Amino acid sequence: MLLDAVRWIVDHPRIFLDALETHLLLSGAALALAIALAAPLGVALTRYPRAAFATINGAGAMRTIPSIAVLAIMLPFLGIGFKPSLVALTILAVPPILINTYVGVRQVDPDIVDSARGMGMTGLQSIFRVELPLAAPVMFAGIRTSAVQVIAGATLAAFIGGGGLGDFITAGIAIMDLPRLLVGAVPIALLAILTEFAFGGLERVMFRRG
Amino acid sequence: MIRLEAISKRFAPHLRPAVDDLSLDVPEGSICVLIGPSGCGKTTTMRMVNRLIEPTEGRIFVAGEDVMAMDPVALRRRIGYVIQQIGLFPHMSVADNVATVPRLLGWPRAKIETRIDELLHLVGLDPSALRARYPRELSGGQRQRVGVARALAADPPVMLMDEPFGAIDPITRTRLQNEFLKILREIRKTIIFVTHDIDEAIKMGDRIAILRDGRLVQYGTPDEILAQPADAFVEDFVGADRALKRLALVSVKDAMSADIGGEGGPEVAPDTTLRDALSLMLAKGARRARVIEGNGTQLGQLSLDAILARISDAGGPR
Amino acid sequence: MNWTFTHIPDIALAIWQHLVLVGVSIAIAFAISLALGIWTARRPRAYAGVLGVTGAIYAVPSLALFALLIPLVGLGRVPAIIGLTAYSLLILVRNVATGLREVPPEIVEAAEGMGFGRAQQLVRIELPLALPVIVAGLRIATVTVIGIATIAAYINAGGLGALVFAGIDQRFAEKIIVGGLLTSLLAIGADFSLSRLELRLRAHRAA
Repeated sequence: MLLDAVRWIVDHPRIFLDALETHLLLSGAALALAIALAAPLGVALTRYPRAAFATINGAGAMRTIPSIAVLAIMLPFLGIGFKPSLVALTILAVPPILINTYVGVRQVDPDIVDSARGMGMTGLQSIFRVELPLAAPVMFAGIRTSAVQVIAGATLAAFIGGGGLGDFITAGIAIMDLPRLLVGAVPIALLAILTEFAFGGLERVMFRRG
Repeated sequence: MIRLEAISKRFAPHLRPAVDDLSLDVPEGSICVLIGPSGCGKTTTMRMVNRLIEPTEGRIFVAGEDVMAMDPVALRRRIGYVIQQIGLFPHMSVADNVATVPRLLGWPRAKIETRIDELLHLVGLDPSALRARYPRELSGGQRQRVGVARALAADPPVMLMDEPFGAIDPITRTRLQNEFLKILREIRKTIIFVTHDIDEAIKMGDRIAILRDGRLVQYGTPDEILAQPADAFVEDFVGADRALKRLALVSVKDAMSADIGGEGGPEVAPDTTLRDALSLMLAKGARRARVIEGNGTQLGQLSLDAILARISDAGGPR
Repeated sequence: MNWTFTHIPDIALAIWQHLVLVGVSIAIAFAISLALGIWTARRPRAYAGVLGVTGAIYAVPSLALFALLIPLVGLGRVPAIIGLTAYSLLILVRNVATGLREVPPEIVEAAEGMGFGRAQQLVRIELPLALPVIVAGLRIATVTVIGIATIAAYINAGGLGALVFAGIDQRFAEKIIVGGLLTSLLAIGADFSLSRLELRLRAHRAA
């Protein structure tokens, strides 16, 4: 059956590569957008404890909403296609990055921040030169979690017409064509494992010194 | 009661043995203290007796039985085991902690309950107050007592104690040492006791085994070790004040002469150690002291000469 | 909210199916993880290996994992339960092993020295003391699986996901919202109650 799947890919290279491209584009863009939104917000929240409490708990609750529901709820508002999928995936990717950025910056030793200010750094300088670098490992763990989640979510984009490798799975189940199913499932599985290990490796390289 | 025959332990073939050809005989009902500098093998030796560490060579006999021929788990249930950090089980109450080995041995419920109360009394704790408490609610000294009670629970003939009072403050430690010695006068146990503190060794031990680099350097009574250290290492180890330490082993009543009289020297009680008596006499600048009992009667006199004679006496304290 | 109030039995059925999927999967995963966790707690290389395998499984998106199981066991609850069980393994094994490793060494030594056999030591001393960490793992795994189980509806396993998928097919937003919200509430409820249990266990075992 695996061979049939491979044969299908060989016979339909364009379709497969389009799906792969869409999948990667959705995932990458959503992750980038989520970092751009969540990281600054996470840092900002450390300055406003009350807003932080509500927001962080809200983000935690958000994580309990199943991904498929987040994608599906885009339908009445944005219809089907790439854009609603991107919005939904970004929404899914924000909470882990937001929570981890917040926690990461908060657990920086206040004495260190104090010396930074004492040396004459402005608030912004303190953030970029001291707090973010120290919070980086925890933040990165959040980004890694989001990355894996986004790859998974992109699979589900198939349900709202977003394209991606999930299409092969839904098609395969619909017509009970098992090789077609594998055309989607195997590359997704490999992609996910690769992403997990790539981020793991990156984490080791970036953070295991000192 | 406990006999070690040519015991050796090698952890790795290229390292020197942790314990090297050690032979020791601990008579029944006595306390044998293992002492020496860090890395001398004292704890390793002790832990071979209950087979937490297996000897590489040699044999160990407890009550005439070869420990290697026994089931290790059954062996350990017959030996009381007390370690420095005690290791009380935090999720069990004091009563449950003490009851651990009797339960493992399958004692009937009623017997266990009486035994718990008996033991808590023995170690100076109030059963009704502390039975249901948890380790986190106890002070360090209380935990140590529960640890001892737990080790005594199944009435094992043999006990192994690894720096049991090491993690306690000095004041409580002295008190616990005294109480423990008192307990041992009521119940007869054969004990191997590991410490790094020479004063504790002299106080607690009937015999002291000095170890160095895995070998037995000297084995004898406290007075023998102090009076006749086997070599420069032991002499150094017991401390430059060993003569004074010897004096702490003898009480005034064993060194005094029975004459009554003597002009106005300081008073000293018959149970005082010669060391404390000497200290008092030096402080007062006196050459003799009068030995006065609690009710005021004079029992005799103690002179500096008598004390000096004691130090150069090669015999042991009575 | 018209549809919701006229279809309570259907919704209740979906909740029930969802709970069964989650309950059975966690139970099986827990049994396997206890065994694996105990076995690897003191064997670092085996531990790394087990973590690698379960970690790789965990990274695979749920739809893909279920899809990979279909050629082997067909549609329905079987692939769903196998998949959900597999997802829970990473978290549970990691927490069982970590919980056991965090038991203070002097307690283990005291237990061994007192004459506990290996099995009794595990059952009476080590596992009870590891319980808070193990329950933390159960909590995280349960919350995760409640979310993933929504996808299982697509391979005919039922559950709250069925409401969401129906909502997608029928362009019926209410079903999507009800399905999503109920799943979320289930997850929050599980998290809350298991959190409380975890805290109580920790307090009881403080040293």
